[in-house]
Amino acid sequence: MNLTAIKAIYVFEMSRFFRTLLQSFISPVISTVLYFVVFGAAIGSRIDQVDGIDYGAFIVPGLIMLSVMTQAIAAASFGIYFPKFIGTIFELLSAPVNFLEIVVGYVGAAATKALFIGVVILGTAGFFVDLHIQHPVAMVAFLLLTCISFSLFGFIIGIWARNFEQLQLVPLLIVTPLVFLGGSFYSISMLPPIWQTISFLNPVVYLISGFRWSFFGQADVPIGLSLLAIAGFTALCLAVVWWIFRTGWRLRT
Amino acid sequence: MTPIVDIQGLSKVYDDGFVALKSVDLTIDEGEILALLGPNGAGKTTLISALCGITVPTGGMARVGGHDIQTEFRAARAMIGLVPQEVALEPFEKVIKTVRFSRGLFGKSRDDAFIETTLRQLSLWDKRNNQIQELSGGMKRRVLIAKALCHEPRVLFLDEPTAGVDVELRRDMWEIVEGLRQSGVTIILTTHYIEEAEAIADRIAVINKGEILLVEEKAALMARMGRKTLRIELAEPVAHVPDALAEYGLDLTPDGLVLVYTYETSAARTGITRLLTNLSQAGLVMRDLQTTQSSLEEIFVGLVKEDAA
Repeated sequence: MNLTAIKAIYVFEMSRFFRTLLQSFISPVISTVLYFVVFGAAIGSRIDQVDGIDYGAFIVPGLIMLSVMTQAIAAASFGIYFPKFIGTIFELLSAPVNFLEIVVGYVGAAATKALFIGVVILGTAGFFVDLHIQHPVAMVAFLLLTCISFSLFGFIIGIWARNFEQLQLVPLLIVTPLVFLGGSFYSISMLPPIWQTISFLNPVVYLISGFRWSFFGQADVPIGLSLLAIAGFTALCLAVVWWIFRTGWRLRT
Repeated sequence: MTPIVDIQGLSKVYDDGFVALKSVDLTIDEGEILALLGPNGAGKTTLISALCGITVPTGGMARVGGHDIQTEFRAARAMIGLVPQEVALEPFEKVIKTVRFSRGLFGKSRDDAFIETTLRQLSLWDKRNNQIQELSGGMKRRVLIAKALCHEPRVLFLDEPTAGVDVELRRDMWEIVEGLRQSGVTIILTTHYIEEAEAIADRIAVINKGEILLVEEKAALMARMGRKTLRIELAEPVAHVPDALAEYGLDLTPDGLVLVYTYETSAARTGITRLLTNLSQAGLVMRDLQTTQSSLEEIFVGLVKEDAA
């Protein structure tokens, strides 16, 4: 294992993040404040409680998941797409590194960025609502797994994309709707039966539900199923990335 | 002597059936500068890309430093530095950080002293904290070289390193290449500028349509294939070439003052001595003599045309 190369990729990617640290920090804080103002104060004042939880606190896990998933995808997809776009990918392909080392470097950096955003949102939420995390270890594990799995997914999108339009296509048209419709701001049990059934086809439901369980001990789906879903999604993404590097798909000619 | 680069039957056929490399055989000795010449689309960049791991060959094998480029890719690639044709650099990154990144990527631990030496050699030390986007085109090319050298490679591929740069910078680049050769780095250079190959290469390989047409010492190639012309300036103009000199196939300039004699440098006898004697016997008086040798460019064009025929 070429640990020096992994560190080099990780540090180089993180330096991109630190160059725009203010933007990276302020953007999620403002978004979170806006969500709390709109959903918490404006709409939330009309919703007393959801499953016995104050609405303001109820949306925190969904809010964190929404930002973590989208940021992980954005960071990882851009991280690998940008070298392809400007041509510096040649250096990566001609270096004495294997696919695992490249993935650990890029995905590790993207997951770190997403984790940072998640922690910032959690900290910001603390100013608005009284948060008690019932299962802190599970919360950290869920957060980490989500950061890693969605960074892997973003990495695949970055390799697949041939232009900036394609880079935005999957996050905008698929991921964001799935996250919004995945129970970020409501409980699945609030939906009519038919929509509940349809919602269970949305894989994001299982992730948000599991994450919410770590906060409040309540979930739309059993916690075991949530863990299985995120483990399965991670394994699927890893398998796709392994295939990409084995075949050189859209990387090597 | 064991070659540092050993290519045997290397082929590349793309999915659409285009044959980019046709069973290329080539060996490169340690410490030499090999110029790989060829027209656009000849396969120069494909060959380099295959050796560096950017393109996957579809046949044959290649070793760098005795290591197979596919089964022992780590050891093989660790020995290689690549300066690509395009100026591909992260625009917002600082010079020193991008060079450090390249060193780390190749598994070398951080060595600020070595990086300083490399940047100083390339006149980049003063620019180390500048963002890449702030540099001139020439400086960016130097950064590419610094990145390729910072992991101390034994083989350096320069893919058209002076394409689109001005004459002064090109000569600077030649000096850098010469300095690298003196430090023991083997250099494989692709170029469109024949004068570049003529100025710095030890050996010339000509590639066309994915095939190596020849590999030869530069001096030997020029001696073998080069032609020389002898220009004889006359004191008085003549109306036509005297019949006594017909056997030499002389050309007469329109003003009647210069006779041009073309001969092979590789021929056992050039015929110059006899020509001059016959010239004198024909009553012609010389005012001056001048010889010129055909350039590598003419040789290259001749070879490629021959291959196309």
